[in-house]
Amino acid sequence: MSNGSVLVVGGGIAGVQAALDLANSGFLVHLVERTTAIGGKMSQLDKTFPTNDCSACILSPKLVECGRHFNINLLTLADLIALEGEPGSFKAVVRQRPRYIDPEKCIACGLCAEKCPKKVSNDFNMGIGERKAAYLSYPQAVPLKYALDPEHCIWINKPGRCGLCAKVCQAGAINFDETAREYILEVGSVVLAPGFSRFDPSPLDFTGYGRLPNVVTSMEFERLLSPSGPCMGHLERPSDGQEPKRIAWLQCIGSRDINRVGHPYCSSICCMFALKQAVIAKEHAHGEFESSIFYMDMRTHGKGFENYYNRAKEDGVRFHRARVHSVIPADDSGSLQLRYVDELGKVNFAEFDMVVLSTGLQVYRHTVKLAEMLGLELDADNFIKTDSFNPVATSRPGIYVCGAASEPKDIPQSVMEASAAAAEAGRIMAPARWTETSKKVYPAEMNIHAQAPRIGVFVCHCGINISSVVDVEAVAAHAKNLDGVVFSQCNLFTCSQDTINQMVSIIKEQGLNRVVVASCSPRTHEPLFQETLRDAGLNKFLFEMANIRDQNSWVHQLEPEKATAKAKDLVAMAVARVRSEGALPYNTVPVTKSALVIGGGVTGMTAALSMAEQNYPVILVEQSECLGGNGRKVYRNWKGDTFLPFINELTARVTTHPQISVKYNTEISEVTGSVGKFITTFSDGHSFEHGVAVIAVGGQAYQPEEEWQFLHGIDHRVQTLLELDQRFMEEDAGLKEVKQAVFIHCVGSRIPERPYCSRVCCTHAIDSAVKLKELNPEMDIYMLYRDIRTYGQRERLYQEARAKGIIFVCYDLDHLPHVSERDGRLLVHAHDPIIDANISIHPDLLVLATAIQPREQTGSLSKFFKCAVDSQGFLLEAHMKLRPVDFATEGVFLAGLCHYPKPMEEAIAQAKAAAARAAIILAYDAVPAESVTAVVTPAKCTGCGLCVEVCAYHAVSLDENGISVVTTSMCKGCGACVAGCRSDAVSLKNIGNEQIMAAVDAAFM
Amino acid sequence: MSETNNWEPKIIAFLCNWCSYAGADLAGVSRFQYPPNIRIVKVPCSGRVSENMIMSALKSGADGILVSGCHPGDCHYISGNYFAKRRFALLSNLLDFIGIEPGRVSFSWVSASEGEQFAEVVHSVTERVKALGPASRLVKQLDAVQAA
Repeated sequence: MSNGSVLVVGGGIAGVQAALDLANSGFLVHLVERTTAIGGKMSQLDKTFPTNDCSACILSPKLVECGRHFNINLLTLADLIALEGEPGSFKAVVRQRPRYIDPEKCIACGLCAEKCPKKVSNDFNMGIGERKAAYLSYPQAVPLKYALDPEHCIWINKPGRCGLCAKVCQAGAINFDETAREYILEVGSVVLAPGFSRFDPSPLDFTGYGRLPNVVTSMEFERLLSPSGPCMGHLERPSDGQEPKRIAWLQCIGSRDINRVGHPYCSSICCMFALKQAVIAKEHAHGEFESSIFYMDMRTHGKGFENYYNRAKEDGVRFHRARVHSVIPADDSGSLQLRYVDELGKVNFAEFDMVVLSTGLQVYRHTVKLAEMLGLELDADNFIKTDSFNPVATSRPGIYVCGAASEPKDIPQSVMEASAAAAEAGRIMAPARWTETSKKVYPAEMNIHAQAPRIGVFVCHCGINISSVVDVEAVAAHAKNLDGVVFSQCNLFTCSQDTINQMVSIIKEQGLNRVVVASCSPRTHEPLFQETLRDAGLNKFLFEMANIRDQNSWVHQLEPEKATAKAKDLVAMAVARVRSEGALPYNTVPVTKSALVIGGGVTGMTAALSMAEQNYPVILVEQSECLGGNGRKVYRNWKGDTFLPFINELTARVTTHPQISVKYNTEISEVTGSVGKFITTFSDGHSFEHGVAVIAVGGQAYQPEEEWQFLHGIDHRVQTLLELDQRFMEEDAGLKEVKQAVFIHCVGSRIPERPYCSRVCCTHAIDSAVKLKELNPEMDIYMLYRDIRTYGQRERLYQEARAKGIIFVCYDLDHLPHVSERDGRLLVHAHDPIIDANISIHPDLLVLATAIQPREQTGSLSKFFKCAVDSQGFLLEAHMKLRPVDFATEGVFLAGLCHYPKPMEEAIAQAKAAAARAAIILAYDAVPAESVTAVVTPAKCTGCGLCVEVCAYHAVSLDENGISVVTTSMCKGCGACVAGCRSDAVSLKNIGNEQIMAAVDAAFM
Repeated sequence: MSETNNWEPKIIAFLCNWCSYAGADLAGVSRFQYPPNIRIVKVPCSGRVSENMIMSALKSGADGILVSGCHPGDCHYISGNYFAKRRFALLSNLLDFIGIEPGRVSFSWVSASEGEQFAEVVHSVTERVKALGPASRLVKQLDAVQAA
């Protein structure tokens, strides 16, 4: 049998997500991190696109959960140095370098760093500013333990010379004699998440980087923006500390550059990274601000990205389609002059206060060595090679990879892959689930019955997210005077591990019996703080949050006084609310260990198979009479792998798997229940009980119409990409006879009605053009495009197409191509901006790269499961960045085109991720159920039965005496019965009229 | 008179947890600015909001009330927002009868993906209440009582 432990290498967001998913589904995780703390690149970011979420704020709860997780063994300063064995039973050797500070003893007081005389460049801040040789890499570091830097520590290099830290450390944690340790770990599987490094632009002398202090990389700029960075979030340029008023971003530095850099690939994330920085920098600037982005193609191909791009344009960010020739000093003041050639071929000059280089992603050198040690194949760009149809599998069985080590990618994609890798590892180790784990035991809960309220209030600066607008000290002082409050304080980041630990001790020391945190939104952070209460021996329902960020500082940025007054009210309201709250029971519901998957395309089949292989029964529902969905209409992927053989094989595996039953020609007619136990009724009248559901209903091609019709449906020579794929699959001999072909990109995408990029069409169109060239190398092919978005390694295909002589002509919405028929021939008119002239082409094949849109039934399906859809009709995930396959509704997951257009490899990864997230529920016998339920005061009840009428869950009934009773296990806590009761006999626990009206009254005190 | 010039209304907003509260968060995340007169009270569902809560809030001194829930058909609790809508329609008659101006109490649908919409709703509710001036119908005016 397999071992029930797993090794995860790399503690960035991908490694952390994989570790959490695996640990939460019944496996013991050894998480190996190379540096002193987990968090990776994401911890260095200020904000994240496209939501402008504070990176530390959304990451921190995950890091804290990871650091405190009972079944995650965190090994920092550690490397995997050897691995032998096979899937199910590997033996890994992990070498841990000395920290020289005993983490068991270190209380992170910071005295060692304060007294340490050795200053070194601050690597966390990308070399801007200094830290000490005794250091903590960043304020929210997990584990929150200091370390000595062996390269710079005076004592370690010359024993006997310094030792100040040891003298001042009250805890006696310093240990200069610590040596490296080796651990031999037996694991069933290995997940690699070693991340990426950023290209070093020093060799590119035209950028001035290294010579001109005001030329910085995008990561350096990120630190300059960050509230925990070297200038505390007040943007200053390095040369003189002045606030820059004009900033330029240069794209593709170290990406899409074969000439000087040898990186043919696109780094995928830099366009959005630069857009975000331009938007955020403007937010930081006081008064006038000018931002310009110099780019080749704006690649905003992800969910919500195109909208972000459009908004940036509206906000005045300027865009120049140009590669900058040189950056030189403009004068002695530190300003910079850029020389570039614009689209019309004219040489231009522009002056800026600062230049940001959007440096590309690349593989760490040590990752290459690690891959060699493990015997993994690398691709031509040194990324870890993966399989087209199993995007997280490496070339060695049992070893999986996720995140940017296999191709440049953004955070949500990395998180999806992390969950997908967890699913794959879980598949191998399924029989050993819960064999190596131990269970967390909370301290006994304090009985607060009959105690007077002792409320503690914690007010968060959130870096500068709150404190730059709201006077948080004044809010904390105000809180101290509120009835029942015995303690209040401010914290830089309330969600960081040190503050969380401190909160536990404060609750105990101060004897707090209720807690209010004034910070961000309960939607993201309530679980973390509630867990903290439990760790301190308090019932987790004795807690309220005051949302003074999302609903205050962020929406009243120009009215600090009023925002402060509002924050005081919000805190008073939360205090009033918590004052009369009581402890509630932790109810649970038993989990029905089976899954429903809706949609029989590649995504749905993959999700079904992944859960079935973890030994859970699955019903797969397909509305048509065959499996395969859209995948059957597509010829091949950009790597040249054809889809049909894969889909046929997948279909065979699904239809023959003993744990999967497929229902064809079936739709959903009703869904009741919730996580743990849903009951779904199908169109054939049968119903099925399941614990979780995965929605994978796919998408559909836009049918060209109006100005985007281009004679499609009228002239047989005008076809969509899918229609052309059909001809490829049928090996249509007529294609060889085509002399001239034209492709029109973005047909129905990136327009006001559909303001998103369909992500796959550039690659698909170019691959189809290349295929046509393969069939007939003499064919003339023109691509009419807006931006070429062959992101990641798909860029190679674009290079190949140009090398083959395919001609690319850019168009914009003001100059749409025009298609007509004259004398039996097709005529395409377009404007070529490079020669600034109109061109006419007579193609005998015109191909339209049409948009992908959600299916019409997505909306009704989302209602069955109470899930949200976005403004375009795609399903809306719980969090765009960190919960890309979850819904806000528990127990329901999404994957594939119904989420957003994506290529098959990404849909497969997302399907596996959904399966992994679902397995976290299926792994348990019971899951938490609603604790906030309705309760009846029988003496007040008149037996009118209105509560019975309004309850959508049939949880309320009248007993034999005609008095209302609530069946707690069926109650969802909506409060319809409470509002409906004429005699005030029904209440909702902790959300009664008493609590709500106390909160309202507090706003007017 | 300077007091009236500086007068800023306070508006209580009862937002359902699943749609409108999330929409309000999204307004924040997207930095859509709106007037700071609003005080949000999170409730599980707009169907949790009773007539009593609205009247009590007016009595406590609220100059305006907003109740916002999921769009029709989108209710996390299946039908709560329909009850809220019906209750609100009936309550409007009562408010009218006792002399509370139309526009003091508003109802809206805002989904989790409508941050901009939420900001717009707050703008229009605030403007409406500002135009009406301070609510005094249900608030005990101690000064007046004492003067008499």
